[in-house]
Amino acid sequence: MPKITYIEHDGTEHPMEVPVGLTVMQGAVDNSVPGIDADCGGACACATCHVYVDPEWLGKTGTPNEQEASMLSFAAVTESNSRLSCQIEVTSELDGLIVRMPEGQH
Amino acid sequence: MNETTRIVIVGAGHAGGSAVALLRQYGWKGTITLIGDEPVPPYQRPPLSKAWLKGEASAESLALRPAKFYADNDVEMRLATTVAAIDRAGRTVTLADGEVLAYDHLILATGARARKLSIPGIDLAGVLELRSAADADKLKAALLPGTRVAIVGGGYIGLEAAASARALGAEVTIIEREARLLARVASTSLSAFFDAFHQEQGVAIELNADVAALEGEGGHVSAVRLADGRAIPCDVALIGVGAIANAELASAAGIDCAGGIRVDLSARTSDASIFAIGDCTHRPLHHYGREHRLESVPNALEQAKQVASALTGRKLPAHEVPWFWSDQYNLKLQIAGLSFDTAETVLRGDPSSNSFAVFHLAADGCLRSVEAVNAASEFMAGKMLIASRKPLARERLADMSVSMKDLL
Ligand SMILES: Cc1cc2nc3c(=O)[nH]c(=O)nc-3n(C[C@H](O)[C@H](O)[C@H](O)COP(=O)(O)OP(=O)(O)OC[C@H]3O[C@@H](n4cnc5c(N)ncnc54)[C@H](O)[C@@H]3O)c2cc1C
Ligand code: FES
Repeated sequence: MPKITYIEHDGTEHPMEVPVGLTVMQGAVDNSVPGIDADCGGACACATCHVYVDPEWLGKTGTPNEQEASMLSFAAVTESNSRLSCQIEVTSELDGLIVRMPEGQH
Repeated sequence: MNETTRIVIVGAGHAGGSAVALLRQYGWKGTITLIGDEPVPPYQRPPLSKAWLKGEASAESLALRPAKFYADNDVEMRLATTVAAIDRAGRTVTLADGEVLAYDHLILATGARARKLSIPGIDLAGVLELRSAADADKLKAALLPGTRVAIVGGGYIGLEAAASARALGAEVTIIEREARLLARVASTSLSAFFDAFHQEQGVAIELNADVAALEGEGGHVSAVRLADGRAIPCDVALIGVGAIANAELASAAGIDCAGGIRVDLSARTSDASIFAIGDCTHRPLHHYGREHRLESVPNALEQAKQVASALTGRKLPAHEVPWFWSDQYNLKLQIAGLSFDTAETVLRGDPSSNSFAVFHLAADGCLRSVEAVNAASEFMAGKMLIASRKPLARERLADMSVSMKDLL
């Protein structure tokens, strides 16, 4: 199972095994990792599942579609490596992925 | 608060389940008992008419939290258990089987139920509603390629079910009593857009159509009979004519209700030890200076935060602008705000491109609500503009060459 490390804003690391086919957001919610609210449950409608993808992984996580990019452009403190974690599907390619959470989602 | 202070939550849905998680996250040390009449732990309803119905989301992905979350967080779950009465003086609730549980703080999160039509034939097999996972299982089993589905009610749930049914190859007719779809919940422009879009996708739409009866053969529904005498043949009839707050438990106990359980902005009812959250409430709307009942996940989450904050002594959360989303075909509709006291409508973008937004402004130029179809920037900026109450220049709002960021 791919390992994903979620790092809270305060630096707390949560290494988790997340099944292929789930999203990076679901991996956090299912393991009670704090810092990802996911109010809309993955519908790409709320922008409360915002993460910063470790720059080394950007090639493998792909790029946001138009809806996601628009949502992100209005989220708090976005960076060039910002993504909505409900839009990143976990694949075996993502084994080792590191994502960091912003200070807040609201 | 100490370790023996007892919170009892009635209703294990989106609001109740979220309140549990937030209470523990905010440091509640006392006991928590979550009582729900459904046989399963809290789950998300939105996918029941959308991704899940179309077969694009698994049943496990509906769960609000993984099952072990409740045990890990020392939450006592009482599933398939109905609360029958509240004794406010004795601070107890009585379960349907007579068992009595004591509380120090009670949270009512009883949600809403599908409104029933009292017409002949409503009890025939194949007449379905869509509120719970159990309802959704029945609907999904019935939706096969070629199944003729009559959907009574052109609200969001009806339209989403129509879109999902089309994706599964079913034949769909929507029957709506009003002169337009989404009559209670959307502007005329949005109604017209969705009407045309559904028709393009092969959905038949009957407006101004009163349903007189459901007709059956061998105990199973076979047609919807309209008041004008016409019959719409069908294999399944889905009734989606709105929801009613489950407020009876509260009103029977003498708690103040008005079509929902009345609460303040800390989710407290007229009884200081009893709170209510989610679809069952009639709540103040900070940004609109009035009270209203909302049926949405963001509302359930906001009120869950309010009660968890109130009970753990945290600062109350910021006032949210109400919002909602709906997925149909490749359309993502996002609505922010409510269309109270609006004077003017501004269209941004071209509906024929399937990407546009309708803004509703008050007389002073402040934004009250926005309906955005495949227009996430308009939705996100609109939500901020409703909260900031900044008067807007209509021409700039309608001008696609002015970015939404520049309007903030
Ligand atoms: C098909 C469908 C699609 C939807 N789509 C969207 C959407 O896209 N976006 C959105 O924002 N919202 C959507 N909603 C609305 C959203 O699901 C609700 O607003 C949300 O579930 C409200 O949460 P709640 O906890 O208040 O109520 P519920 O989730 O309904 O939970 C209440 C629970 O309490 C139980 N209960 C009631 N009385 C008792 C009792 N006396 N004893 C024990 N248990 C009791 C009920 O059975 C239920 O399990 C949708 C709803 C449906 C049905
Ligand atoms: S969970 Fe709402 S946008 Fe990702």
